Amino acid sequence: MSTPLIKCKNVSFEYDGNVVLENINFEICEGDYLCIAGSNGSGKSTLIKGLLKLKKPFKGEIAFSDGLSLRDISYLAQKTDAQKDFPASVWEAVSCGALNKKGFNFFFSKTDKQNIENALKRLDVFDLKSKCFRELSGGQQQRVLIARAICSLKKLLILDELSSGLDPNALNNSYSLLKKLNKENGITIVAVSHDVKNCAKAADKILHLANKQLFFGNAQEYLKSDIGKSWTENANV
Amino acid sequence: MFETFQEMFSYAFLTRAVIVGVLVSLCSSLLGVVLVLKRYSMIGDGLSHVGFGSLAVAAALNIAPLTVSVPVVVFAAFLLLRVSENSKIKGDAFVALISTSAMAAGVLVISITTGMNTDVCNYMFGSILAMTKADVYLSVTLSICVLVLFVLFYNKIFAVTFDETFAKASGVKTGALNALIAALTAITVVLGMRMMGALLISSLIIFPSLTSMRVFKSFKSVVISSALISAICFFIGVTGSFLYSTPTGASIVAVNAAVFCIFASISVIKRRFAL
Ligand SMILES: Nc1ncnc2c1ncn2[C@@H]1O[C@H](COP(=O)(O)OP(=O)(O)O)[C@@H](O)[C@H]1O
Ligand SMILES: [Mg+2]
Repeated sequence: MSTPLIKCKNVSFEYDGNVVLENINFEICEGDYLCIAGSNGSGKSTLIKGLLKLKKPFKGEIAFSDGLSLRDISYLAQKTDAQKDFPASVWEAVSCGALNKKGFNFFFSKTDKQNIENALKRLDVFDLKSKCFRELSGGQQQRVLIARAICSLKKLLILDELSSGLDPNALNNSYSLLKKLNKENGITIVAVSHDVKNCAKAADKILHLANKQLFFGNAQEYLKSDIGKSWTENANV
Repeated sequence: MFETFQEMFSYAFLTRAVIVGVLVSLCSSLLGVVLVLKRYSMIGDGLSHVGFGSLAVAAALNIAPLTVSVPVVVFAAFLLLRVSENSKIKGDAFVALISTSAMAAGVLVISITTGMNTDVCNYMFGSILAMTKADVYLSVTLSICVLVLFVLFYNKIFAVTFDETFAKASGVKTGALNALIAALTAITVVLGMRMMGALLISSLIIFPSLTSMRVFKSFKSVVISSALISAICFFIGVTGSFLYSTPTGASIVAVNAAVFCIFASISVIKRRFAL
């Protein structure tokens, strides 16, 4: 049993008095591959924002283990259109991933630049590096944002809706990249998806949300449980 | 041409004005890129009105204007920033509320004390004659600080501008950086007001970055081209105002507007040919 990196105890979230998530209890351990599943509006993104301290729970506690800080967490946000008319090259977009370092580092070092390049290559967007981010297709943009998360990779990788805009080929590549990072590099992975079926297949553990906690446990148990059966057999809910 | 410059720089006050002007143009164009992209361009305009109010009060009390304005406007910048971040209040309307109140306070103070004299006109419309030697030293020091801080924090400033949520989640202190941006903007606005006037200073912030964004598509190229455009437009504007005795601020804005039109046409032509 490894020690939990993040522990959520009775966590609840609200927006302006509307409770969107109630009594969530789970933990993320080192080396886990956790899938957070649930339909649209079930509170997945809200929970992620809580983990990243972007949003405070109004009840309960989210505890980080001693060795863990925000800088150890890489984040793929669900796409917003904030970057719609922003002049930024692909390289610049990915370079934000190199900022999660300790202390005062004003400029990028050689290692940082190498990291940025490697991340671009891993997601197969190296050739696009001087292109304008806003002029890429949705799927290409998503790959760039994944590359940015990979560039900042330390211990824990959190991906909110990895699949959005990706074609099946790119999606497969991304899933195998995650698998590889998890198994070979020991990176802890938290993947959020409304696509319960595919997500559950890849992960070791499942947290199923519907504004409350429906299930938390091993993927095998989940697939055998009633709730797991009804959600995975019912194809795309 | 060469003779014109020689004549211009034979006046000590003009030389000083050009030095300060180029530095302030650089500061405002760099910060302008960030403010425009963060949808904060209203703040620059609001700050200039607050600056006018504080300059009027300083003049009435007979204190050196910059020593009053810089702290007051920096404080106002923090306030406006907080307000714009708070989604519950209508940010842009509130900015207008604060800025017009400060402007009105300034106008009232002026009418009670000195009346509408040339000093006041200078604050409204700008004048390069308005700068004293002490002003020049302070302006040069402050604008060099702004430039150095901008360069040092360039990567982080890009990150909070491009995607604040991601920057925050990576452990970048976004609150502190936004405060830094606000403080630098406030200083730049106050410095620029003497030359451009309260009514025109925000154009110095907005024009160069919008012009560059017509043509350039990476953040770095937009930043560099804004800085160049801003400095060049300033220089042409000042020279024009010297040759034809036109108001400095308005001349600089006119040059900026012309360059904007040129860049906009370039972008249209580029798109046509790409099709
Ligand atoms: N900024 C917000 N303000 C108010 N309500 C919100 C906000 N963000 C999300 N919600 C609400 O919270 C609920 C959960 O949203 P979210 O966590 O984004 O769901 P998911 O990511 O699972 O699709 C939804 O009902 C949504 O309407
Ligand atoms: Mg979501």
